[in-house]
Amino acid sequence: MILDSKVPEGNLAEKWTNHKFEMKLVNPANKRKFTVIIVGTGLAGASAAATLAELGYNVMSFTYHDSNRRAHSIAAQGGINATKNYQNDGDSDFRLFYDTIKGGDFRSREANVYRLAELSSNIIDQAVAQGVPFARDYGGYLDNRSFGGAQVSRTFYARGETGQQLLLGAIGAMNRQIGLGKIKLFTRREFLDLVVVEGAAKGIVVRNLLTGEIERYSAHAVILATGGYSRVFYLSTNAMNSNGTAIWRAHKRGAVFANPCYTQIHPTCLPVHGELQSKRVLMSESLRNDGRIWVPKEKGDTRHPNDIPEDERDYYLERRYPAFGNLVPRDVASRAAKERCDAGYGVNGGEAVYLDFSEAIQRLGKKAIEEKYGNLFDMYQNITGEDPYEVPMKIYPAPHYTMGGLWVDYHLMSNVPGLFVLGEANFSDHGANRLGASALMQGLADGYFIIPYTLGNYFATEKPDLVSTDTPEFDEAENNVKDTIKKLLSINGKQTVDSIHKRLGRILWDKVGMSRTAEGLKQAIEEIRQLREEFWNDVKIPGTDGEINQTLERAGRVADFLELGELMAKDALNREESCGTHFREEYQTEEGEALRRDDEYAYVAGWEFKNVGEWELHKEPLKFENVKLTQRSYK
Amino acid sequence: MSDGHINVTLKIWRQDGPNQEGGFEEFKVNVSTDASVLEMLDELNNELEQQGKRPIAFESDCREGICGTCGIVINGHPHGPLPKTATCQLHMRNFKDGETLTLEPFRAAAFPIVRDLIVDRSALDKVLQAGGFISVNTGNAPDANSIPVSKHAATLAIEAAECIGCGACVATCKNSSAMLFVGAKVSHLALLPQGQIERYERVEKMVAKMDEVGFGNCSNTYACEAECPKGVSVVNIARMNREFLKAKLLSHNVEL
Ligand SMILES: Cc1cc2nc3c(=O)[nH]c(=O)nc-3n(C[C@H](O)[C@H](O)[C@H](O)COP(=O)(O)OP(=O)(O)OC[C@H]3O[C@@H](n4cnc5c(N)ncnc54)[C@H](O)[C@@H]3O)c2cc1C
Repeated sequence: MILDSKVPEGNLAEKWTNHKFEMKLVNPANKRKFTVIIVGTGLAGASAAATLAELGYNVMSFTYHDSNRRAHSIAAQGGINATKNYQNDGDSDFRLFYDTIKGGDFRSREANVYRLAELSSNIIDQAVAQGVPFARDYGGYLDNRSFGGAQVSRTFYARGETGQQLLLGAIGAMNRQIGLGKIKLFTRREFLDLVVVEGAAKGIVVRNLLTGEIERYSAHAVILATGGYSRVFYLSTNAMNSNGTAIWRAHKRGAVFANPCYTQIHPTCLPVHGELQSKRVLMSESLRNDGRIWVPKEKGDTRHPNDIPEDERDYYLERRYPAFGNLVPRDVASRAAKERCDAGYGVNGGEAVYLDFSEAIQRLGKKAIEEKYGNLFDMYQNITGEDPYEVPMKIYPAPHYTMGGLWVDYHLMSNVPGLFVLGEANFSDHGANRLGASALMQGLADGYFIIPYTLGNYFATEKPDLVSTDTPEFDEAENNVKDTIKKLLSINGKQTVDSIHKRLGRILWDKVGMSRTAEGLKQAIEEIRQLREEFWNDVKIPGTDGEINQTLERAGRVADFLELGELMAKDALNREESCGTHFREEYQTEEGEALRRDDEYAYVAGWEFKNVGEWELHKEPLKFENVKLTQRSYK
Repeated sequence: MSDGHINVTLKIWRQDGPNQEGGFEEFKVNVSTDASVLEMLDELNNELEQQGKRPIAFESDCREGICGTCGIVINGHPHGPLPKTATCQLHMRNFKDGETLTLEPFRAAAFPIVRDLIVDRSALDKVLQAGGFISVNTGNAPDANSIPVSKHAATLAIEAAECIGCGACVATCKNSSAMLFVGAKVSHLALLPQGQIERYERVEKMVAKMDEVGFGNCSNTYACEAECPKGVSVVNIARMNREFLKAKLLSHNVEL
């Protein structure tokens, strides 16, 4: 198999414009003859659904939530990047492109990233027109703040609730089309299998989560916009129901999985506490605009943070990276926190570092800080019982985002014709590390501005037909789903789904987390295989399949995580270099920074599924024509 | 964070399905005060599963108080006794050792019970689908700074737009009115220049749908604001009433 990126020829800055002209169009009257299935109503899925329906296509949207507006995108806090250069501080499409390529440690496709930067400004225009209430200055113009990995202020925000406001904008557009009858919305449906007919994606099989019924739907094309898989770690900043099942089941039907080991560990999250903890709450990266990160200079200093004088504090990010300071990219900030904690300087023997606002409060006043971050401070206090206006926050890195995902070409189509993948579910733009405020941007660029062109081109060139749901392929997919469910319910062992999920998370966090070694990864693979065995022999799921069964839902997802986790470790073992979030201890500079090996590893690792625990690796070489590959430096 | 534990008695509403009888079931648990109410339920469910019993059905997703998925009436209050706190953010440190917690679903005629603590809130979405948007196709938007918006208007708009659509306002209202939810959306869009064109038709359509799907009238007791996990203000209800009156005079709506 050859992974052909289908990147168009020509100058970087002109590729997308020229390609839009080259792609074929579907005439307005013919659009209504095409039906498309979209799984997911997050930023990527909702924006795609609305836009495709506006163009005249018939859309069927699916989500396991009770409403389209509950998708996990709603929880995004800090902001969305765009190259408006309203601040007159030197931003441009090329600068955002460069920051993103460098932030991703030179492991993404140039053409995709440039297109993302190019489309970013349109997203802000679109959102404002929909009524998204972004922050404004006293003149009534849009305000910006800074995020990690950038030296310009290009992040647009709506308090600490940017994802909520952007999603509600996209959902508004979607709701309008639901009212007009162009989108049919199916809530409380879980996608459980992809139907492939003669090599092309033609439909899906879902479970109705209220009745347990298995349902079939067919369309001319299928779009997955089902989000990321950080929940594989059990504890993460993602929503409780976020999972990898949709992309995993599509992977098992032939879609190549790219760079599964690129998982982002976010530096500023609430620390681990207690056995019952269900998630690691994120404290937005935007807090690093005004918060300063430090640990005590003395090892094992147990004094209250407010009693530790200024000159006995180590602002280690400002010390190590004077140019970017507290705004270094996430992978760098997370590793630095781990380094300090492992060395014994962390709070309470290494469970956290401080994120301190006292200096900002003195400089700007409490009211200004409250206006910018009020809801985040409230959330912190709510959970920890401590007041961050008075005492520095305690934070520690946590799994947050997955750069890996289904492989897609420049058209956002997977290697399975007719299967498109948008948003966090694909692998496309962030290389080995995503910069803050760029996931919202990517999801919306995919949905509003890319898929309407590339899907049309697919319809116009391939002229796919609609297959009946009565074909053997649908029968086979439905039976596959039913068999899996039956098998799960028949085990009747002794361990709960969550207890096994937690153990899987622990293995991954320890051995496929912030720092990895060949030996650890080999162990992880063994342990995951054993755990998978245990799961299939000893898990216990009460209830039946013909009713609401939340345990059964979770069991299916954990079963998939138990396979995906192995692939993450395998991919990490294969990549004998350090890049971005993927840090192999064997490959580091003298200063402990990630050491890339461009000669051998400047490729996208695409894994083709053969059998459970068995894959074939395909490489998509990455060509860099517009940037020079350098050792990343934020000093 | 403390690591104390407390003993609490839980009286939880159990109901198999929409048309079945329901009733309270009692559980005694010992729980860390660092855990949230939902984490306590996770653990209880873990134990029930281990015993092969049907776990308590409840919904939650983000566990950061923003997705609006969770919602339990705790001791008579939707989302529990703490102001401006969603169920998922309510921690056990707010309760005393030996206390009894009564957990019930959000009850309203427009929210049929699905199972245990899960209700069907799709009526809220039907109101949004009737007009809770600005009609702008992708690609039509002018430059984002071409229309300045006063900071004041933008602030009022986001304070309304922060509604998480959980339905606590409906659950607490003795008439099951959705005026706070609908008023928040109407206000958010009416306050912005971009929302002006459809301003009056929007409010008429949304109000008509609100009545149609079974939400009751507002009785001005303001319980909704008190229980709202985002503290969305009843000022938004007053604004919607004004919009609606003006709409009756000014809109070109066909009969609704
Ligand atoms: C706490 C937090 C804060 C963040 N803050 C920021 C930020 O400030 N800026 C930024 O740029 N990024 C941020 N991110 C990242 C960003 O929010 C996500 O990457 C992005 O929103 C993902 O959008 P999506 O549309 O791809 O998927 P999601 O929003 O995750 O949506 C997935 C959709 O797919 C559906 N789905 C999934 N699987 C199935 C299935 N099997 N069957 C049916 N439906 C299914 C779900 O119901 C949902 O509708 C943050 C992430 C987190 C966790």
